[in-house]
Amino acid sequence: MAHVSIKSVAKVYEGKVRAVDDVNVEIADGEFVVLVGPSGCGKSTTLRMVAGLEAITEGTIHIGDRLVNDVHPKDRDIAMVFQNYALYPHMTVRKNMGFGLALRKMPKQEIDQRVEEAARQLGITDMLERKPKQLSGGQRQRVALGRAIVREPSVFLFDEPLSNLDAKLRVTTRTELKKLHQRLKTTTIYVTHDQEEAMTLGDRIVVMSAGRGVGKVEQVDTPLNVYRHPKNRFVAGFLGLPPMNIVDGKLAESDNGLWFDDEQGLRVRMEDRYRDQLISRVGGPVAIGFRPSAMSEWGEGTYLPPDGVQNANRITVVPRVIEPLGDSIDVSCECGSAKNIVARLAARADFPTNQEVHLSLDMAHVHLFAPGEFGENLIH
Amino acid sequence: MTKPASIQPVAGAPFTPGRKPKKAAPDTSPIEASSKLSRTLVFVGLVLLGMTFVVPFVWQVLIALTENPSEVDTLTRTGMPPAIEPGNFAKVFQRVDFAKYFFNSLFIASWATILQVITCSMAAYAFSRIQWPGRDKVFLLYLGTLMVPGVVLMVPNFAIVLGLGMFNDYTGLIIPAAFSAYGTFLLRQFMLTIPSSLDEAASIDGAGHWRIFSQIILPLARPGLIVLAIFAFLFNYNSFFWPLILTKDDNLRTLPLGLLQFDSTYGPETNLIMAASLMAMLPPIILFIVLQKYLVKGIQLGAVKG
Ligand SMILES: Nc1ncnc2c1ncn2[C@@H]1O[C@H](COP(=O)(O)OP(=O)(O)O)[C@@H](O)[C@H]1O
Ligand SMILES: [Mg+2]
Repeated sequence: MAHVSIKSVAKVYEGKVRAVDDVNVEIADGEFVVLVGPSGCGKSTTLRMVAGLEAITEGTIHIGDRLVNDVHPKDRDIAMVFQNYALYPHMTVRKNMGFGLALRKMPKQEIDQRVEEAARQLGITDMLERKPKQLSGGQRQRVALGRAIVREPSVFLFDEPLSNLDAKLRVTTRTELKKLHQRLKTTTIYVTHDQEEAMTLGDRIVVMSAGRGVGKVEQVDTPLNVYRHPKNRFVAGFLGLPPMNIVDGKLAESDNGLWFDDEQGLRVRMEDRYRDQLISRVGGPVAIGFRPSAMSEWGEGTYLPPDGVQNANRITVVPRVIEPLGDSIDVSCECGSAKNIVARLAARADFPTNQEVHLSLDMAHVHLFAPGEFGENLIH
Repeated sequence: MTKPASIQPVAGAPFTPGRKPKKAAPDTSPIEASSKLSRTLVFVGLVLLGMTFVVPFVWQVLIALTENPSEVDTLTRTGMPPAIEPGNFAKVFQRVDFAKYFFNSLFIASWATILQVITCSMAAYAFSRIQWPGRDKVFLLYLGTLMVPGVVLMVPNFAIVLGLGMFNDYTGLIIPAAFSAYGTFLLRQFMLTIPSSLDEAASIDGAGHWRIFSQIILPLARPGLIVLAIFAFLFNYNSFFWPLILTKDDNLRTLPLGLLQFDSTYGPETNLIMAASLMAMLPPIILFIVLQKYLVKGIQLGAVKG
């Protein structure tokens, strides 16, 4: 058991490629933290620096209270599960799982006991005498997990451990991982590019990006906070499926308040409580963001003040494609300058297409971003 | 000697889960007759090719069984051995110190092989699995020595060995053969196909370089080690020129040098040469038969379902 503290860490490969820069993450004892971001943003690099597989170019990493910058991987009291599992092909499952314990001079009897206990928990008891190539992908994944568990390390490191499994197995294994963590309560750092995996697994998630030419941390928070209050446009667009609708436009002032206006038909009146923080942006470019679930059908006869309402705006869209999902439908529509806005609405069999439809936009879930790919969130 | 290319995908295969061996499509061609014909042609071609390997061997056996060197002529003309004489094999041992040559060849080739596999695998590990500054440049330099023709190196090598006091000594025959740029290259290429996550997992598990080398990399590189062992053994076992210039005493001579003796005093005794070389062929053949099991196993690894 140990907390992990990553301070101002940067990695420069071979004196040239700056892979990540200024990573700061404090991971509490027993916490499950997920590093998530698109491919190439430096998640693995960061994880491998914690593991000791890559030298730390700048900054410090502490595991527990110990500075580990110059500590060999084997002395960091960690266990790692690799994307390709990295099972030793020439050893049986039993040998694979016990290898680390044997190297630590544990008596054979105790090794067997631990390996068998872990195998029992993971349901791979029957496979102990097999070689990895005689196992299915899911079974190999369990062996890799078992090899980490038997060591009883103070930190688990996972690098995309589920990405080689098929979709269904990925979801069930995800749940098992979460249960495992609840039982063992071992500090865990988990790397994935899958935002759904990150949201479901993490106590907190660390969203990273590579967009500025170097891997960077964009936001560190609980999944719900990151989802509801994304710090910038990148984070907003990365988390959530279908992704958040983001439309570029301008901030305009009229006598009754501030409006987002894309000048092609999408006009949204911002809530008055944000007036002070937005007023300096009037006349400048901004982008509006709202999740598919922030919209609902505009009920017939709903009272509509001529100048919009405080907490709900009416927007006009032209639905083009309907995707039924059971309880809900995903409606792809054109809306102002945006050619593809997705609205997730309550299911209705006769939802009209190719004609103008009014939707209600819940202002509590509307974001306004400064211009640019990484434009900051101006109101949340 | 382009073995590495054929080994690479084999070593890589076991680590790619889900890769299925491609099965040849069943032959359901409508033009069955013509495919039968072409298959017959291929078969005939293979038989002819096989003959070119077998005939000289049979010839060699026949000559080895011929009693009198002068009768080899008759054999050449008629194709029939005049008199079968299995005693030639014993005669080889009486005429020269064949047992000693045999021992020398085996002794030198075995040591050279063992040492070469050890040094090459360690060098290959350093060139493929450890990051150090200038690594790939040093490797290229080492590989570059392969481009220099052997004859060019003969004299300087001789001078060095002489200077080290290894002339006319087993050490002079073994030590220079204990290192090989080619073998290092072969094993390095092989080791590059082993995923680095295995070393990383092992080092997190608590292994240092020595243990990763001996318990992870070496077992996985076994097919490569065996190929190198066979090459190294054959090369040193057959080596002629280096032992020739480096030995003075008869009791240091190796088999290829020993065979020369039947070609000197009384004119060429072809039947004895053939008998001796037949016996000399045995160790490489036995070696190959013993090791090919592992060789084939290694190559088959790729065929087993990922
Ligand atoms: N060994 C390496 N040498 C040089 N550059 C590397 C190396 N490993 C990764 N990189 C670079 O560092 C960046 C981050 O890589 P990585 O940490 O693997 O990203 P992720 O795991 O988020 O996909 C990428 O641009 C990648 O090309
Ligand atoms: Mg990665």
